[in-house]
Amino acid sequence: MNPINNLLNEAKTLYLTCPSESTAKDVVLLAQGEGGRLMRKFIHERIVPILGTSTIEDAVRIPNGAGELAITTDSYVVSPLFFPGGDMGSLAVNGTVNDLAVAGAEALCITLGLIIEEGLPFEILDRILQSVAKAARECGVAVVAGDTKVVPRGAADKLFINTTGVGRFRSQTHLSCQSIQEGDILLVSGPIGQHGVAVLAARENLRLTPEPQSDCAALHHACAALLDALGGDLRAMRDATRGGVSAVLHEWSEASHSSMKLDESKIPVSPEVRGVCELLGLDPLYVANEGTFVAAVAPASVDLAIEVLQSHRVSGSAKAIGCVLRRQSSPVVIERMLGVLQPVDEPSGSPLPRIC
Amino acid sequence: MKFVNEFRDPLLAQQLVEQIRSLVSKRWTLMDICGGQTHSLLRYGIEDALSDYVELIHGPGCPVCVTPSKAIDDAQQLSILPGVILASFGDMLRVPGSRESLLSARARGGRVKFVYSPLDAVQFAKNNPDAQVVFFAVGFETTAPATALAVLQAKRLQLTNFSLLVSHVRVLPAMEALMLSPKHSIEGFLAAGHVCTITGYKSYDAFADRFRVPVVVTGFEPLDLLRGILEALRQLENGHPNVINCYSRSARREGNLVAQEMLSQVYEVVDCDWRGFGIIESGGLRLRDEFADFDAKLRFGLSNESKRNAPELCLSAEVMSGQIKPPQCPFFGKQCTPDSPLGAPMVSSEGACSAYMRYRSYVVSIECAS
Repeated sequence: MNPINNLLNEAKTLYLTCPSESTAKDVVLLAQGEGGRLMRKFIHERIVPILGTSTIEDAVRIPNGAGELAITTDSYVVSPLFFPGGDMGSLAVNGTVNDLAVAGAEALCITLGLIIEEGLPFEILDRILQSVAKAARECGVAVVAGDTKVVPRGAADKLFINTTGVGRFRSQTHLSCQSIQEGDILLVSGPIGQHGVAVLAARENLRLTPEPQSDCAALHHACAALLDALGGDLRAMRDATRGGVSAVLHEWSEASHSSMKLDESKIPVSPEVRGVCELLGLDPLYVANEGTFVAAVAPASVDLAIEVLQSHRVSGSAKAIGCVLRRQSSPVVIERMLGVLQPVDEPSGSPLPRIC
Repeated sequence: MKFVNEFRDPLLAQQLVEQIRSLVSKRWTLMDICGGQTHSLLRYGIEDALSDYVELIHGPGCPVCVTPSKAIDDAQQLSILPGVILASFGDMLRVPGSRESLLSARARGGRVKFVYSPLDAVQFAKNNPDAQVVFFAVGFETTAPATALAVLQAKRLQLTNFSLLVSHVRVLPAMEALMLSPKHSIEGFLAAGHVCTITGYKSYDAFADRFRVPVVVTGFEPLDLLRGILEALRQLENGHPNVINCYSRSARREGNLVAQEMLSQVYEVVDCDWRGFGIIESGGLRLRDEFADFDAKLRFGLSNESKRNAPELCLSAEVMSGQIKPPQCPFFGKQCTPDSPLGAPMVSSEGACSAYMRYRSYVVSIECAS
């Protein structure tokens, strides 16, 4: 018997008791909240069945005689609370407004839930709340309801925020990743990976020059303009938060039963993000964004889409980065130098920096 | 970006590929030593572009992969000791020990902190005098000087709450072990450019003479790798195996003398257990007796015995010695995936299995419609 067969036999007897899985069976791992495959499995196999909901869109339509409403919710636990380009307050408003915006809805109001660790200085809380108010003003959205809890020291990390946003769909056009078709073109609204790298650099005090800035921004004007200009030629939009552009494209591939192809040379990445990623062994495709979205548009409307996006500051450097293909064995592929096509793996937990 | 774009020029890369194709008279077998090289070879499609001309096999150069599970078990045990905080490079956290990974230990209440530099762990110890901070010192000669510096710094600061769990390994003894194995098919080496930046490459002269193989000090960017491959193949075709430096912007023949001095001040060479390989003579480092106060094993009474682990399913030894490529492992992509790894090469960012999983796990043959 050859050694491989020996091992296979050994495997049959040992595999059932093999103790070396990195996914615990009885406790929630941090990785299950960090975007990507583990989180998707966690949501689809544990949370969604318990809640009995079935949607995977960023917002849902609520039947209403006077028109259709959208509702979405998100929780914010970023550390540090303040980072170059934003803070938890602006993030909590922009993030929820963006979830509505990419679904094609205009934000009407948001709720604000605060979970505060005892001992948080008023000064910090005030600054965050001011930032919430400013961002809400800029987005033209009212903060209509709130909830505040204070928990014992150690039970939360300074401050957690939940916002729920209610909006109104702008048109009858039903944006959905399920309507993405073969031949559609993929656009990105700006340089990717800014938020993740800015937060990482701030958290770990990496002292970089120039300091990477988060892209934290409200996308509602750019998204609304794109929807108004393209109508049905705009298939879907999604803000590329945790798990980055890769996570969005994996979700779209699954929902639309097609494959997503990227051209590496066309993906906008700022020098500072590229530098940090090179240094730490990260791939910008997996790094979080908070003011950058991906859109799938019909090929005939690509030029118009880019023109519309580039007329807005938040999407001034929008670019076409790839296209949608008939479903292949790989959900997402990328063309790199030497013309070789490679699969883009789905992120599994947050990226961890390498040793050397 | 300076020093990146220059070494990723697609036209120059294509020219080097053509040179290699027209040079060879047979399909030679080269081993790259460093996991970073393995990832670049796959990421940039070099392995595919050259597959008819050179067999590229991937060596034991992923430090995370060769760290024995006993060391991970020790780290896991320390992380759950009251008052102890285990600091580690991020790469180590997903690697399974015989019980669990450090990520799993953290979810159960273990105190595991990931840091970017050993000096960050020293600073953390200084700022948290009530905690015992243990740094998990893993890696080749590339990272060992930084952990040596951390010990010297901790000593200077008279810290009594900082120690190292040392599992450092050395490259050259592993290359010798590979060449002494009757099963190897290696005809030339792409030596790890960053290790050579520290150690220099003088010591490879005797190795190249003894085993009659070319050793080309090679970097990590696509053009570095293509140049290294071209040089190794040229030597093989000419029949004059030698040591050549194709990474001169970083590596010098003498290496980094300051780092070497720091290494020998803090560490001494010992025989060492390599995951998948067993004991490799002179294959590792341990803290010298003068620095015993900083040895976490002594401080926390961990045994030095390398207990016999339950047999591992993972074929990491066969993968890391180049006997099989990851897709040839019967568990690859089936029982062993990044979410549920049987061994370190599947989860380390420098592991060969992770490279194949990430860049080659599916057959890709599609044309863009646009």
